[in-house]
Amino acid sequence: MRWVNRQVNRRGRILLGALPILLLVLLYLFLAVQRHAANPMEKILPLPSGMAEAMAALLFQADQLTGHVVFWADTLASLQRLGLGLGIATLAALAVGLVLGVLPPLRATFGPLVTGIAVIPPIALLPILFIALGLGETAKVALIVIGIAPVMVRDIVAHVAALPREQIVKAQTLGASSWQIMIRVALPQAMPRLLHAMRLSLGPAWVFLISAEAIAADVGLGYRIFLVRRYLSMDVIIPYVAWIAALAIVMDMALTLTSRRLYPWAHGAGH
Amino acid sequence: MSALLSLRDIWVEYGDKIVLERVNLDIEAGSFVSIIGPSGAGKSSLLRIVLGQEVPTRGTILLDGTPLTPECGPDRGVVFQRYSVFPHLSALRNTVFGLECARAPLLARLFGAERRAATAEAADMLNAVGLGDSMHLYPAQMSGGMQQRLAIAQALIKRPRILLLDEPFGALDPGIRADMHTLITQLWRDYSLTIIMVTHDIREAFTLGTRVLALDKRRHDPHAPHRFGATAVYDLPLRNRMDREAGEDLLAAVASQQSNEKRIGHG
Repeated sequence: MRWVNRQVNRRGRILLGALPILLLVLLYLFLAVQRHAANPMEKILPLPSGMAEAMAALLFQADQLTGHVVFWADTLASLQRLGLGLGIATLAALAVGLVLGVLPPLRATFGPLVTGIAVIPPIALLPILFIALGLGETAKVALIVIGIAPVMVRDIVAHVAALPREQIVKAQTLGASSWQIMIRVALPQAMPRLLHAMRLSLGPAWVFLISAEAIAADVGLGYRIFLVRRYLSMDVIIPYVAWIAALAIVMDMALTLTSRRLYPWAHGAGH
Repeated sequence: MSALLSLRDIWVEYGDKIVLERVNLDIEAGSFVSIIGPSGAGKSSLLRIVLGQEVPTRGTILLDGTPLTPECGPDRGVVFQRYSVFPHLSALRNTVFGLECARAPLLARLFGAERRAATAEAADMLNAVGLGDSMHLYPAQMSGGMQQRLAIAQALIKRPRILLLDEPFGALDPGIRADMHTLITQLWRDYSLTIIMVTHDIREAFTLGTRVLALDKRRHDPHAPHRFGATAVYDLPLRNRMDREAGEDLLAAVASQQSNEKRIGHG
């Protein structure tokens, strides 16, 4: 049988998908144990026991200086920044995307501007943001917004502008105004695409969040990683990275599920 | 006898390519006009102009004696070959849409008693096109024929003065197409519609129409074929079966003669 025709059932998929992850973990453990056998003070590849010990302090003991539990304070601060940035960018993408997508004169006026902003590397704007907005929360959220909004806006504009001309004409023959076409024809059809754009923007959003936190912050997942790097605390860095990955996966799955629940028509006929 | 729709000296040009030239037409209320012609003869251009989707380069269009604004409006309904229905709405919501637009300018949504009234009206319309059992299906769950039925219901709920059909049954299976012919003929009678239908199927044009217009180029310049546009070369009123058969034979003969000439010309 050709490999292109080999289908894998649900159980098989889970088993196969777990296999490389399991192998990587085993490889890590093997190397870690080996290095620890050679040097009991080994820091580069900590054992799970070491990680658990280091994380327990951050997870369960309040920081003497601030009174907060470090791990949860970091998570809360980072999620707040990420949520704000992603939320603002999404609303901007929806509003601008709809207006520019539906109304050709506005697309002609602002399309080049959006393209111009989109090609600027956002990290290059970070100094400007820090100078203009200070080192506080605003600059970090602004970096996320500037980093992901232009791409999302362009995606939604392109998607809305590519709706079949027949649909727009049909809506007009049913008496719809530009506004009604925007909210009843374009908006619902842009929503699944918007959720998809959010999923794709999650990766860049995390990058910008960690970058901003690495440069100027006093709390946050990215801040912590870059702080403990000075002490070669891989026993903290690795669990933190794993935690970030877990958060990202949960968000991605939540967005997919939301899209399937709310917009079944956009996910094939079999609903 | 005054015409519902009048086209006066219509020209359509794209750049230096002339698609339609000197089209003069009067269409009476209650007629079913089929437009046929070879590909590129401007059938769809003519329809788009009547629809208001395109503006003619020259000429005027009068609906009930008043010039049309160059924009689509609820007085002219349309059914395209594809993409006529909204994929994100169920059949019922697709049909209610036209009522919601007129009655709720700001939100385009109705509530309470108004909503129930509009829904009942839409349900009646869906029953009339034979979609009574499929009101809550999304277009992606419907067959091509059902989608076209829905597109018709959606257009008819606005009671348009003219219904424009752009190859509406071109993508359907022959059996389904025959059902759709029965349906559209019945709706045309029941709702006293005025219909203009573009088709490439000569048989369909003669079966359904009360009048058949054949578009083609009158003159042909072999060195610059794009410089002459098409116009109505045949305008056949069909009062009875004899007219239909004679007309169909005539156009079939013309078509075969043309293809012969082309073969000889190329040989």
